[in-house]
Amino acid sequence: MTPVIVLTVIGILLALAIGLVLKFFGAEVDPKVEQIGALMPGANCGGCGFAGCNDYVNAMVEGRAKPGLCPSMNKSTLAKVSEILGVVAEEKEPRMAVVCCSGDDNHAHRSAFYNGVTDCTTANAVAGGGKACPYGCLGMGTCARACPFGAIEITSAGIAKVHREICVGCGKCVAVCPRHIIKLVPKKVDVHVFCNSPEPFKFKKGVCTGACIGCRKCVRASKPGQMNITGFLASVNYDDAPDASVVDACPAKCLRLTDAPNPVPVHASAPSLAPTTGKPAPAIEPATK
Amino acid sequence: MSTFLQKFFYGGIHPDDRKVSKESAIQEAPLFPTYTVPLSMHIGAPAKPVVKPGETVLKGQLLAEAGGFVSAPIHSPTSGKVGPIASCVGPMGNLIPCFTITSDGNDTAAEPMPALDPKESSPADLKKRVGDAGIVGMGGASFPTLVKLSPNKPVDTLILNGVECEPGLTADHRLMLEDPETILAGATACATILGVKNVYVGIEANKPDAIAKMQSLASKYGVQVCELRVRYPQGAEKQLIYAVTGRKVPTGGLPMDVGCVVSNVGSCAAIGEAVLQGKPLYERVTTVTGRPVVNPSNWRLRVGTTYGQAIALAGGVSEDPAKIISGGPMMGFTVYSLDVPIMKNTSGILLLGPEELHQFEYHPCIRCGRCNDHCPMQLMPATLGTTAENARYDLAEAWNATDCIECGCCSYVCPSHRPLVQFIRRAKADIMTRRRAAAAAAKAAAAPKPEPKPEAPKPADAPKPEAK
Repeated sequence: MTPVIVLTVIGILLALAIGLVLKFFGAEVDPKVEQIGALMPGANCGGCGFAGCNDYVNAMVEGRAKPGLCPSMNKSTLAKVSEILGVVAEEKEPRMAVVCCSGDDNHAHRSAFYNGVTDCTTANAVAGGGKACPYGCLGMGTCARACPFGAIEITSAGIAKVHREICVGCGKCVAVCPRHIIKLVPKKVDVHVFCNSPEPFKFKKGVCTGACIGCRKCVRASKPGQMNITGFLASVNYDDAPDASVVDACPAKCLRLTDAPNPVPVHASAPSLAPTTGKPAPAIEPATK
Repeated sequence: MSTFLQKFFYGGIHPDDRKVSKESAIQEAPLFPTYTVPLSMHIGAPAKPVVKPGETVLKGQLLAEAGGFVSAPIHSPTSGKVGPIASCVGPMGNLIPCFTITSDGNDTAAEPMPALDPKESSPADLKKRVGDAGIVGMGGASFPTLVKLSPNKPVDTLILNGVECEPGLTADHRLMLEDPETILAGATACATILGVKNVYVGIEANKPDAIAKMQSLASKYGVQVCELRVRYPQGAEKQLIYAVTGRKVPTGGLPMDVGCVVSNVGSCAAIGEAVLQGKPLYERVTTVTGRPVVNPSNWRLRVGTTYGQAIALAGGVSEDPAKIISGGPMMGFTVYSLDVPIMKNTSGILLLGPEELHQFEYHPCIRCGRCNDHCPMQLMPATLGTTAENARYDLAEAWNATDCIECGCCSYVCPSHRPLVQFIRRAKADIMTRRRAAAAAAKAAAAPKPEPKPEAPKPADAPKPEAK
């Protein structure tokens, strides 16, 4: 019984001490910081341009930043934050990341069998990670691991796919992709060119059946200025985007809607391509152990 | 034979040397119909083309001039017509711009540069010749030799690297046997440029014939031949300096910090040819070897010959190779295409058969410490590997990842088959990117900005070419 009493008394004394120290020496925190902090997503994605949620909240309260920079904050939360700060929020246009590549295992050629470290940046330094196209997605998930929201999936066909409903457009994946094929685009635009290779048509067709062939059909099917061609690569003008019907014009099926699946080629015209099972097809067979 | 006791560097390994082609004399390759000559065969800025597509060039004519201080010019391997600048697959797997030279079959040589005397000519003339001839380090790093021969610190020792510690490769060995006079003439020219008296030739004890050959000419050229104990990676610059002179290059330092310049014997032979015959560097000795190769042999191949052509010269393959490596098995790069051209630094083409190539799954580090015992730079590869695996590149930097010479000893001895070099390479790439960014930011911050030009582009925002 005695130990219980002793410990209880010590506990009460320490609690009183902490309370008194806090009362007389405690650092003052702006109540707004706590209020807004509770409303923040807490993912520390850095999409606002600050080191993390807490840093951004401090910046907002000190007047160094405006509300509305957080990419993952919805309208009602933003309204609450603006109300606490007493300012009118400027809404940021919602953006999302798009992996501009159609070269999954159904379309893209493998140049070699790679069995090193499963990380895109590391693999990219070793003969391009076994992917014949030097611009294609390696599908080893460096972007997926970098995403604080879990919005990127590596599909069974071996390519990264961004889920529109989860992605907040923070841009972390854009920074880590060694092949620079992830782009941040306005969420309202639905049409994207899923190819990033500026190489000539002959080279592209040799390594991937999903590549943009630079045929200009999309340019003709849209209003002037909505689609552009640089070399052999089409690009969408995201300030003046064409409407969704333009995708029907694309014979290579690399101009697609955000969520449209990449069609599996029906006629196996090129025998050197990977089988359509979703498994990688090594050009050089791995040796037996 | 000079038997003064050399020091022995820490760590290292001794793999089976498999120098099957060491008895095969250097053979001249026939003329091929086309040559693919990359514009960037060296570390540094790519060369700037000086010929136009469709122009006719002669053998040894300048195709592209040096694109900066750290750069080297490129010369035509044969006479013929220059095609448009296209891209070809390089040994690192990336696409690099290249010339295609279609041979006219005559192989007419251009007027050679006037001959110089390696001892009597002025250092400035010799130095200019080394630059004009496009000499780069031919041991593998392809660092422009002109830069190496322009140290900004006092240098008192020149070391010729005839170690060739990579298993399989015999190109330098054969060159030392067959053309030692040119090598030593090149070394004399380097010594004249640097103004040094001490010239050493480091050769491993497994090449007694080369040591004897060099020894017989040593007094004529005033060099000292050092017989070195056999240990990989003795041919690495810092290890060789320690083995020959006992000096230790400080962390992050260069050989010139300890008063040394190291040059490969292949580069010295190229310098010798450039000085004595006025011939630019457009061909080199390359070993084509490996179990699947029918006749492992050494060839004098012109730059731009493809790997496929080189393998065909060596009799082709007796079985389907599982891996094609540019360079040696320890530090070479696996290539996936036979269209990769021979470059100035291609010391060997190594083919591995299916039963030679073991593929392992890698496992977690068991902290046995074997890599620490074998790391010639006395780093802790296990720690570097785990930090890099967990993307803690800041910690890797604190553990001196940038001192790693990527020799591969740690991966060779690891019982968990961990790809340690690959991890460390990743960490190094990240550290270098961050350092470059920090340097650029510091430069931008330090730059004076009193000019009230609203249009002045900030250097930090300028689009940077993609670094590979």
